[in-house]
Amino acid sequence: MYDLKPADGAGGELSAPPPAAIELVGINKHFGPVHANRDISMTVPRGTIHGIIGENGAGKSTLMSILYGFYQADSGEIRVNGEQRLIRTPNDAIHMGIGMVHQHFMLVEPFTVLENVILGSEGGSLLHAGEARAREELAHLEAEYNLDVSPDAVVADLPVGLQQRVEILKALFRGADTLILDEPTGVLTPQEADQLFRILDTLRTQGKTVILITHKLREIMAITDNVSVMRAGQMVANVATRDTSREQLAELMVGRKVLLRVDKGPANPGRPVLQVGNLNMVDRRGVSRVKDVSFQVRAGEIVGIAGVSGNGQSELLSAIAGTIRARSGEIAVNGTNIKVGQGVDAHDMRELGLAHVPEDRIHEGLVTTFAANECTILGYHDDPAYNKGLLLDRTAILNTCEGQMGGYDVRPPNPLLKAANFSGGNQQKLIVAREMERDPDLLLVGQPTRGVDIGAIEFIHRRLIAMRDAGKAILLVSVELDEVMSLSDRILVMFDGAIVGEVAQADADERTLGLMMAGIRPDEASTSTGGTPGGTSPA
Amino acid sequence: MSKFGRPSDIPLWANFVLVPLINLTLAFMVSGLVVLAIGENPIEAVGWLLRGAFGNQEFIGYTLYYTTNLIFTGLAVAVAFHCGLFNIGGEGQAYIGGLGVGLVCLYLDFLPFGLIVPVAILGGALFGAAWAYVPAYLQATRGSHIVITTIMFNFIAASLMVYLMVNVLIRPGQQSPESRPFDENATLWSMHEMLGWVGIEIARSPLNASFLWALICGFLVYLFIWRTRWGYEIRTAGQNQRAAVYGGISPARNIVLAVSISGALAGFVGLNEIMGVQQRLLLNFTAGYGFTGIAVALMGRNHPVGIVLAALLFGALYQGGAELAFEIPTITRDMVVVIQGLVILFAGALENMLRPQIESLFRRGGPADANAQAE
Amino acid sequence: MEIFTLVVLLLDATLRVATPLILAALGGLFSERAGVVDIGLEGKMLGAAFAAAATASVTGSAWLGLCMGIGVSMTLAMIHAFACVTHRGDHVVSGVAINILVAGLTVTLGIAWFERGGQTPDLYNPDPYTGIELPGTAVTTEDAIRMVVDADPDDRLRTPRQVEQAIAGGDVEMAAQVEALTREPTPVIGWILGGVQDFANGFVDFVREERFTGITLPLADTVAHVPVIGLIYSELISGHNILVYFALLAVPITAWVVYRSRFGLRLRAVGENPAAVDTAGISVTWMRYKALMITGFLCGIAGTYLSTAHNASFVRDMTAGKGFLALAALIFAKWRPIPVLLACLLFGFLEAIEARLQGTPINLLGLTFTIPVQFIQALPYILTVVLLAGFIGKAIAPKAIGTPYVKER
Repeated sequence: MYDLKPADGAGGELSAPPPAAIELVGINKHFGPVHANRDISMTVPRGTIHGIIGENGAGKSTLMSILYGFYQADSGEIRVNGEQRLIRTPNDAIHMGIGMVHQHFMLVEPFTVLENVILGSEGGSLLHAGEARAREELAHLEAEYNLDVSPDAVVADLPVGLQQRVEILKALFRGADTLILDEPTGVLTPQEADQLFRILDTLRTQGKTVILITHKLREIMAITDNVSVMRAGQMVANVATRDTSREQLAELMVGRKVLLRVDKGPANPGRPVLQVGNLNMVDRRGVSRVKDVSFQVRAGEIVGIAGVSGNGQSELLSAIAGTIRARSGEIAVNGTNIKVGQGVDAHDMRELGLAHVPEDRIHEGLVTTFAANECTILGYHDDPAYNKGLLLDRTAILNTCEGQMGGYDVRPPNPLLKAANFSGGNQQKLIVAREMERDPDLLLVGQPTRGVDIGAIEFIHRRLIAMRDAGKAILLVSVELDEVMSLSDRILVMFDGAIVGEVAQADADERTLGLMMAGIRPDEASTSTGGTPGGTSPA
Repeated sequence: MSKFGRPSDIPLWANFVLVPLINLTLAFMVSGLVVLAIGENPIEAVGWLLRGAFGNQEFIGYTLYYTTNLIFTGLAVAVAFHCGLFNIGGEGQAYIGGLGVGLVCLYLDFLPFGLIVPVAILGGALFGAAWAYVPAYLQATRGSHIVITTIMFNFIAASLMVYLMVNVLIRPGQQSPESRPFDENATLWSMHEMLGWVGIEIARSPLNASFLWALICGFLVYLFIWRTRWGYEIRTAGQNQRAAVYGGISPARNIVLAVSISGALAGFVGLNEIMGVQQRLLLNFTAGYGFTGIAVALMGRNHPVGIVLAALLFGALYQGGAELAFEIPTITRDMVVVIQGLVILFAGALENMLRPQIESLFRRGGPADANAQAE
Repeated sequence: MEIFTLVVLLLDATLRVATPLILAALGGLFSERAGVVDIGLEGKMLGAAFAAAATASVTGSAWLGLCMGIGVSMTLAMIHAFACVTHRGDHVVSGVAINILVAGLTVTLGIAWFERGGQTPDLYNPDPYTGIELPGTAVTTEDAIRMVVDADPDDRLRTPRQVEQAIAGGDVEMAAQVEALTREPTPVIGWILGGVQDFANGFVDFVREERFTGITLPLADTVAHVPVIGLIYSELISGHNILVYFALLAVPITAWVVYRSRFGLRLRAVGENPAAVDTAGISVTWMRYKALMITGFLCGIAGTYLSTAHNASFVRDMTAGKGFLALAALIFAKWRPIPVLLACLLFGFLEAIEARLQGTPINLLGLTFTIPVQFIQALPYILTVVLLAGFIGKAIAPKAIGTPYVKER
């Protein structure tokens, strides 16, 4: 644990320090049973760039949503310029000079830049006068902060980098002194990200305060004055950036969790079951998500993919499973080549001997409105074992479901209960049972223990090892470093859509993996310079 | 897509009995206010309504005849609902389905009776399905909103039918746009005929064999939706598209399949009206049954058993309303249309209004963590 | 010249038919631009048509009818907003409910109140007012005959028809009397005063009418015989009722509001990306309610036009799909005001031409054929489907249409 010392970055005057731009004291927020923010305090001095780093789900966005008035904290205090304030709506935040650039831009795409900027502060019931004034103001802002963008351009036609500038302009136009940016580089090319940083630097020089939420270490090191690290809803450190290092931050972010020891013998890898070659995948917005990924998984081994979430692991898994379409490359299962980029669906992949425990059990692995036994046949409803003539064989399905519930200790063992009414761990066991009991040659597993209780975690881990020992090939994707390290025989680390490197289980330690997850290749880790630029590039 | 009709966290019996009852009560209460507003006694009106619907054999026959049409259109709406789609084109599909039945009866009447009935069923199903296929295909492949396209297809169907009846199918030398009467061979048995064979005498009414077909369809829809893999695919695609894709189920293919079946079911209205009752092709025989089907499906919670009961309710309202108009001339069958509209309003559009109250009745600190875990 | 007259008359009819479509489609524009699907345009028009005709026949004032029509339509729009915006109900189901509810309610109440099988009593206007007379104006034979009737001492002559018959029957004295009263207008001054006089008399009629009738614009009668322009002015431009002019005026007003006002900017934004509107500190709910109020207002006028201007009473289901036709026009116009006008005129033209084309053989490129009337009737719907399918251009609806806004982080 680090000291919660308020570090002053740019300022550092010795006389009575000016009040901090933003001060959060003891913020708590629950969503149902989830404690999203746990007693969080932090101080953001005026005229600095303050980074908040942490993995997805660590509670960063929730904290900022509280500051911007989207949510109300259950307890705690917000001080703006030294005064305690109540922020009930985004409007309140805007009036207090807080602006926010959301991860998903809040822009009206068919509108022009000018229209987007004035929306909500049009300055009169007619647009004409307001627009003229806004045009002047924009020219002024653009000059002052180097935010060059044509006011008459239609937002939908602009590249994402410029759309982001529009968001920044919107906030400045409303008189923001403090600007919150939520994962601003997620959709930017490295060049665009560099431009953004120059803009942020200018903002700082002009006396604005910036709060930057990110999970990318490079960005923190490159631009911030101070950094707060969040993990699992808690603030684990507040430090001055110059007093810390990438390695330290990586460790803080990922954390040291109680290592769940899994007893397993050495692997006996056999023939390759899954072969992936130069796989590329581009999402709907044209952003490259998986870049030239090649690897193989052999029978009798578990290959784990580690990485900070959002670095292409999910897309890789889905592309292999057939639920999203890859753009190019090769996938072969059991020696059969798949026509990548064509109409291969999840059903075809299953036919080849693949089973898939998806990352998102609520939205993908289950139909929560279905009864448990109906979820048991998802993906396998065509199986003759579940059909009798034209009809589904309910007895067989119920028996299978009951059998799986018994074998995997699903509680309550009621095949007629709606899937939504099981706890997270039991939902996951239903899925794991369904997929493992198919006795597949290749099992894809995504986040097998996310939101699952300890007992279930151990159970699922033991099952995975047992499958491996039975000669099955397993590809595991997890953001839990711990899990990847204890289960995998080989670990691939993904960063920004590409594989950074491979580590054998014996050689894996948190530090090495943490660095690789931050995009620092093993060979350059010793010098700890450079690293691959943050962000992804468009196709 | 649409989220209506989605099962909620309340016991099954409440979903199928309590919720419809509450909606119906609300609809009847507002209708009662309308009756009061026009200066009549609602209680008395309900009395006449019940007598008109069930007072004698003939009335019951009529009630069941209306019920037949409403079972078909209610099932049609429900099947599309299960795929997450709103088929508002039941009216047009019923119209074209009736054309299919009529064409079989007019031009294939050389077939023996045992054959012409299945062929007519097939004709109605094919024509109805074809009329639904185009909007479904456009929705699945080009994203054209099926609600708008099916509305448009209702109007196109109406124009097409007028054209065909006036210019092509009209009986030569006749003024009104009607086809020649079907051959005796190409009509369905009426219920009083059929029961007459087994020695049961009942009063004459338009009720005919298609009522039995409607019940069979209800049973087949139940089997198809809940007991076959194809129905499973449709329900999965309707509930959760991502899970469908994960399960190797194509949402597009299932949209086309579900809506085509929906159109086929609506097409069977023609079996009852054209082959069973009118025994010739004519205009406007669908008389709004396609739209009433929406109310029937919403009331019946998209389940065949519920739909048959809701169809019976609305059939009784149709018939009872007609008789009511004799007794209280200021209240006509249009009052039933009012009730229909209110049922759709309360059971459909405002279903979220009462949901929290109903759900809280049944919530006892249940397993809420399942949803919270999703965060 | 014959064809020219035909064209002018056809366009005149087009305008009359298109008026309710324009109003309803503009109403739909406000709703759908705000992200609320409105297939209840039909029901709102029908409800307004009934309310307007019923009120006008009871009170004798078309204006009160208009108020009532608008009131009923706006109430229905608020029910829609309550279901769709407040309770996040399904927009389509709500629209269907309103359409069916109104279809039943209008007939039920109509029968109960007027006992005419769902129809409302016919609306009559008093004879045209002629009380205002200015010097130097023209006195036509028609006017003169009326003056003779009015001046008849014995009160034997009651209608102009009697005078006409008398003259035709050889009543020279009567003919002379009429002849004497007839006069040509004094040049220039007389023309101007003639216009003023017609307008003033017309204004009196306008205020006391039971149904909306055509307004003769100044000088319309005077210039009627001027070639080309006269016909266009007197037939096509003049002589429509106030609601037609309002509908035409509503188009530029709508365009102005949607594209030039703060309200319009927020309206368009809320239909495209409600989250952007919410984060800008504007209430999504209130915006959608306001949009639906305007929808109700415009549909109310559309319905009133049907029963108290285009026709002289309400008859059951008198909208007969016009609400859906307006919806088709709205989609066809890709949710933009000026194209809405053009689409409505196109659909109106198809309806106007349909009566004339009935069975008329058309000779094109040596082929003689007849176009089925029903094909023309179905054409707007076919065109809309083709457009929606993306075969001619692409109808891209406001992005957030039909989805309830739920606050998310």
